[in-house]
Amino acid sequence: MILTVRALRKYFPVRAGLLQKQVSVIRAVDGVSFSVKRGEVFGLVGESGSGKTTIGFTLVGIYRPTNGEIEFEGQSIAGNRYPPWVSGKLQIVFQDPVSSLNPRRTIAQTLDVPLKVHTLVRQRRLRLVREGELLEMVDMPRSYLHKLPGALSGGQMQRIAIARALAVKPLMIVLDEPTASLDVSVQSKVISLLNDVRTDFGLSYLFITHDLALISTIAHRVAVMYLGRICESAPAVQLFENPLHYYTKMLLASIPTVFPADDVLKPKGVESKGEIASPMSIPTGCSFHPRCPVANELCSTVQPVAVEPEEGHRVWCHEYLERSTCSLQREVRYVV
Amino acid sequence: MEIISVKDLHVHFEIYEGTSRVINGVTMSVERGEKVGLAGETGCGKTVMMKSILGSLPSPAGRIAGGFIHYKGQDITDLKGKAARRERLGMSFVPQNPMNSLNPVFTIGEQLLTVRKYSRMAPQMETRHRRRDVVRSLLAAVQLPDTHRIMSSYPVQLSGGMRQRVLMAMALAPEPEFLIADEPGTALDVTIQAQILNLLTKLVDRQRLTVLLITHNLGVMRTLTERLYIMYAGNIVEYGPTQDVLLNPLHPYTVGLIRSVPRLRARGMEGGIPGHIPDYLSPPAGCRFSPRCVYALEKCRYVLPDPVELRPRHYVSCHRSGGGGEGQ
Repeated sequence: MILTVRALRKYFPVRAGLLQKQVSVIRAVDGVSFSVKRGEVFGLVGESGSGKTTIGFTLVGIYRPTNGEIEFEGQSIAGNRYPPWVSGKLQIVFQDPVSSLNPRRTIAQTLDVPLKVHTLVRQRRLRLVREGELLEMVDMPRSYLHKLPGALSGGQMQRIAIARALAVKPLMIVLDEPTASLDVSVQSKVISLLNDVRTDFGLSYLFITHDLALISTIAHRVAVMYLGRICESAPAVQLFENPLHYYTKMLLASIPTVFPADDVLKPKGVESKGEIASPMSIPTGCSFHPRCPVANELCSTVQPVAVEPEEGHRVWCHEYLERSTCSLQREVRYVV
Repeated sequence: MEIISVKDLHVHFEIYEGTSRVINGVTMSVERGEKVGLAGETGCGKTVMMKSILGSLPSPAGRIAGGFIHYKGQDITDLKGKAARRERLGMSFVPQNPMNSLNPVFTIGEQLLTVRKYSRMAPQMETRHRRRDVVRSLLAAVQLPDTHRIMSSYPVQLSGGMRQRVLMAMALAPEPEFLIADEPGTALDVTIQAQILNLLTKLVDRQRLTVLLITHNLGVMRTLTERLYIMYAGNIVEYGPTQDVLLNPLHPYTVGLIRSVPRLRARGMEGGIPGHIPDYLSPPAGCRFSPRCVYALEKCRYVLPDPVELRPRHYVSCHRSGGGGEGQ
């Protein structure tokens, strides 16, 4: 395990009034546990407001966790102070390449920063050589070193952001919707680049996205998030072949597929209804119950625990637990 | 009968650097009762096409440099002011972004009532009371609960999905026959988008509307449209029945585009198209896709290809006549 997250919580206070008194709290991440193996692509999917980006930001030290444990390379990084060594091993690529690059810095200057900060290459001349190498790693010509981001297309800017993350020779990269702002023809180029650098350098990815079809093409394991909690996690193949949580089914059924061959993979008879609740007033019990057609009384009062019907496939759903224990078709293992 | 017909349209923008030749001879038409899609990636001119039809090109920078737009048999290409509004009667529009398409300082009710009041399809002597009823039934038609509360709330009080529904109600307020929808629901989450598309399909079928749908999402095209135009850099490169275009793409650009769409449960990813869209200030002389095309011939660089019918009702503008389709 390169990364282990246990019962991670991140709450944001809501302040109002003259004295800025805390009136409420946003529970952006509310008890999330997962782990990422070395060399693995772990996908985190969910709709806006599900807390997936908050997790990514907490991992790279932009936010401090409210409580919970984060272990990276066997060491805790969830303390009061974010250990500075981590940024040399764990990097992030942000969603919007336009705003994540400084428009007044040339590409060379942008790539210079991580090399200098982490004192990886001391001589300026050698740094420039390394910057050229980084550009070639992301399939861009060295001649781009002295251009400004404004002269590049969105896909090229995202390549620069990836090169910047690679500059410190990290072990793991958090990819926060790296292709959400790109066109599909550019997206598939960037995704195959990400796949190539991962195998070349033995990287692990935490891939955050709202696009289920995309995650099915790249991730080994996937966790589906809803309102700050994971509702189902499984190896990618199992999640897409045998979704157990109604929310996962709803997400899959909602994808407008282009190919008739993909239609068979979408769950039948599942209709999307309702809207995600505000993270300021998360429904009690299972937070998905107001939108769930199979919800029962228990769902609205008690938060479900995880059930693991298949190796590595966990689902947080009362209804599933009930159904599977009644029919006794599968051996169900509780996970605490 | 054609409700809208565009012939050899050229739209240019005068900017500081020179003339940006965005739309480069587009010919397309929509039959009455038909659901037609216009697909393409960012910067290919979809929005400019839509604005030309709606008569809302930014003036004075944008101008129609050639060609015609006919709406219900009337030439509306160069109409201005009152005449332009009169001749576009029955045309309506659902904007893309529900977050910034409503006025934040008026309530939903006020905005809908205003649209209804000034829509010329509404009966001349519609009383205020009657108008309120119409608006309330429109809100109910887009499946918004508690219409009374919605009408007295401001846009910020509603979620993205609800605002998109309000915009659809607004588009339906003038009782249109021809609806232009720009990326409906694509700014929203996938489960909400599915609800919006579902609703749009129901409304269109019930009122027998003619629809021109503009989006980059080919999956949305497949669920909503019957016929599809693929646009690249200001040209229509391919058009035909939606199913046929998606399953048997003929133009190298369409082939590349469709290959780039992530498949469900696919392992790995291939495809993608190298290069990027040309600079409209000095676009390639011939086929605008030729610099990115692996099949490009010498001729492609100088001569713009004409559409050829290669499959029933399925046309492609390519000198290689579907050379890119061989791999499929």
